[in-house]
Amino acid sequence: MSEMREKIKNTSVNDIKKFMLNNAIFFVLLGLLVIIVILEPTFISFRNFKNILAQSSTRVIMALGVGGIIVAKGTDLSLGKLVGLAAVISASLLQAPEYVYRMYPDLPQLPIILPILLVMLITGAFGFVNGFVISKFKVDPFIQTLGMMIIVYGVNSLYYDRPPYGAQPIGGLDEKFAHFAQGYFTVAGFDIPFLVIYAAITTIIVWVIWNKTVFGKNIFAIGGNSEAAFVSGVNVTKNLLMIYTFAGILYGLGGSLEAARIGTATNNTGNMYELDAIAACIVGGLSFDGGIGTIPGIVAGVLIFQVIAYGLSFIGVSPYLQYIIKGLIIIVAVAIDSRERAKKK
Amino acid sequence: MDNKDKLLLEMRGITKSFPGVKALDGVNIKLKKGSVHALMGENGAGKSTLMKCLFGIYKKDSGQIILDGKEVEFSSAYEALRSGVSMVHQELNQVLTTRVMDNIWLGRFPKKGLFVDEEKIYNMTLEIFKDLDINIDPKEKLDKLQVSEKQMIEIAKAVSYDSKVVVLDEPTSSLTEKEVEHLFRIIRNLKSKGVGILYISHKMEELDQIADEVTILRDGKYIATRDIDDITVEQIINLMVGRDLTNRFPAKESIPGETILKVEGLTAKQQPSIKDISFELREGEILGIAGLVGSKRTDVLETIFGAREMESGHLYLRGKEINNSNPHKASNNGFALITEERRETGIFGDLSVSFNSIISNIFEYRKNNRLLDNNKILKDADWVIDSMSVKTPNKKTKIQSLSGGNQQKIIVGRWLLTNPDVLLMDEPTRGIDVGAKYEIYQLMIELTKNGKGVIMVSSEMPELIGITDRIMVMSNGRLAGIVETKTSTQEDILRLTNKYL
Repeated sequence: MSEMREKIKNTSVNDIKKFMLNNAIFFVLLGLLVIIVILEPTFISFRNFKNILAQSSTRVIMALGVGGIIVAKGTDLSLGKLVGLAAVISASLLQAPEYVYRMYPDLPQLPIILPILLVMLITGAFGFVNGFVISKFKVDPFIQTLGMMIIVYGVNSLYYDRPPYGAQPIGGLDEKFAHFAQGYFTVAGFDIPFLVIYAAITTIIVWVIWNKTVFGKNIFAIGGNSEAAFVSGVNVTKNLLMIYTFAGILYGLGGSLEAARIGTATNNTGNMYELDAIAACIVGGLSFDGGIGTIPGIVAGVLIFQVIAYGLSFIGVSPYLQYIIKGLIIIVAVAIDSRERAKKK
Repeated sequence: MDNKDKLLLEMRGITKSFPGVKALDGVNIKLKKGSVHALMGENGAGKSTLMKCLFGIYKKDSGQIILDGKEVEFSSAYEALRSGVSMVHQELNQVLTTRVMDNIWLGRFPKKGLFVDEEKIYNMTLEIFKDLDINIDPKEKLDKLQVSEKQMIEIAKAVSYDSKVVVLDEPTSSLTEKEVEHLFRIIRNLKSKGVGILYISHKMEELDQIADEVTILRDGKYIATRDIDDITVEQIINLMVGRDLTNRFPAKESIPGETILKVEGLTAKQQPSIKDISFELREGEILGIAGLVGSKRTDVLETIFGAREMESGHLYLRGKEINNSNPHKASNNGFALITEERRETGIFGDLSVSFNSIISNIFEYRKNNRLLDNNKILKDADWVIDSMSVKTPNKKTKIQSLSGGNQQKIIVGRWLLTNPDVLLMDEPTRGIDVGAKYEIYQLMIELTKNGKGVIMVSSEMPELIGITDRIMVMSNGRLAGIVETKTSTQEDILRLTNKYL
């Protein structure tokens, strides 16, 4: 036994090769980044740095939600639409009192925390329904959240397209709300958006949950082998309910912040975010086979993905071409993830 | 000592019916404190059903289960576990992606405030390991461990629940002899602590070493319970099969003829694996492959069949060089492989007996219009069922509902439909009962009569000695030697298995 381990240790050339292959997606993305910088050296600037950080912050919060679900061997396609719902509701409740086209003209100015909490409650409830159907009725997570994605879009559009002003972007956000997300402080010349703090706090909380609590360990156990978890007395149903609900809550937070960051919200806010978030998780080393994943991996995955997305826009790559590149990144990442399992003997 | 004979667990008159079948008919078993009680029976005799009734996976129709003098009825394996009745499964049910200690304490992590008390679970795990003489790092990821180590962790888990009764289901089926010894030490240790052990196994040779009593089931009925000292292996077999099986192996009469397959310098690409293997297989010959676990016996078959990438080497079929770079080509070249992991790589569990019977031969049923000829398929499925004497309600039955022996017969039949020249069999009788084993041996002999060649990997020495013409012995990925079965002893073979260690 120990001899075998020694042997494995000794094959360091193999190790390097293995390391390169296991992290191939990072090298690919690093290469892309280098190309971007060569084509447009001004990409490296404080302004871009700040923008990327701000964009990544809201995305990290969302990815942490779906990340837990992926570890539990599930998936969540309703992420983007729930983010959209969160953005629209929070924006509609936090329009500046002096703004003319308010959705609720007579609504008093609310403390911003109230609508955000309300939205987290609402998206959490949708997540709960996802978890309930998946764990109780054994509906495949892909199907359940696909259905939910469509339902939430309908719900959001109904809410969005209503009198007095009908379907138009919800803007004119409360100054405080906008500042809450768009504000920043400066450290050694770097502008650090407030959003980074919210993302950091969320990341730490989720890290603690994953690594230090029974719930976290149960999620990994369920993803690794739900049958084994079940016969060990883990309440699989309850834990799945919790992880989907928790994810919903994080989408609510992410969506509210996203509305404030952009300064406006429509029923299409958050469109395809689920794919970005899932892709970031996969790039960050989570496995669709469940039971595997780390928080730093997710954060790194999101950052890398955002740097590339922002960089491609920055050097003027057509948005359509960007879709193609993003799609390829997802496939390559998953192909590498599957390589270990698909390895020919 | 006086409570040595105290009853720990009694199952009395357990009856369970499924539509059309009486799976259990008044079965009794009495497990005494601090004893090992073997439960024997052919596949389909009702051992698994009995255990499922014990653990509440099936609801028994009638009968009583009495644990420590109190009648119990568990509704789940977890409830049984909490009440001190645990089971170490044949197919281990573990979370491979987490650490050893997480697996043991899963479902009941001790907490320190809001958080899991890591230090405590580490120390508690170490303590149990020390007690059981297990030397594994509690922080190691489970998927890094050997099968035997994983199994020991399951036993440690049972101990951690203070189990009074531990059910071991075929615990030695994938262990080396040394690992079996360690396992037996652990079992004896548990025994001395007053734990009662229900031991399910197909390996007769083990009973003398480890069991105190044996209960035999046949066709869902209780047959007998005896002290192990009062019964011989032959008697147990007789009780199990209900017929005289004085000879466990059918006689092989055919004499090997000309060389059918020549293997030269076979080396696999993904090392560690086989290196420089050369041998010949003759017409009408059964060539056994012996070796310890990890000696890469399976790799020989896989490389020949193209399921494992070849680095170098040559294959000659009847003198002509052939290229088996993938299983499809190998199959077209007249090779067939019956894999070791029947569930993983053998059966299509959710699909019917007829699908499972004909799948390897599927191209043969294609008509000129590229659609499949259903009549021919059904005819061939019937052929497999009849000629392999498969016991199945009908052709549409899902194969996973049949016993292991019947599944194996279907897989053999599936490959015979392709009319192979060389049949590669990896542990063809693992986990199947004595009667079905005999039938598999008969099939192999039947094949050799028709001039086919058979290569069989087996961990069971009696089987290798009983059925093969020659035995090639693998040691650490290399060919340690090929011996004539008739003129060799078990000791010769064991010595060879250690040659390159």
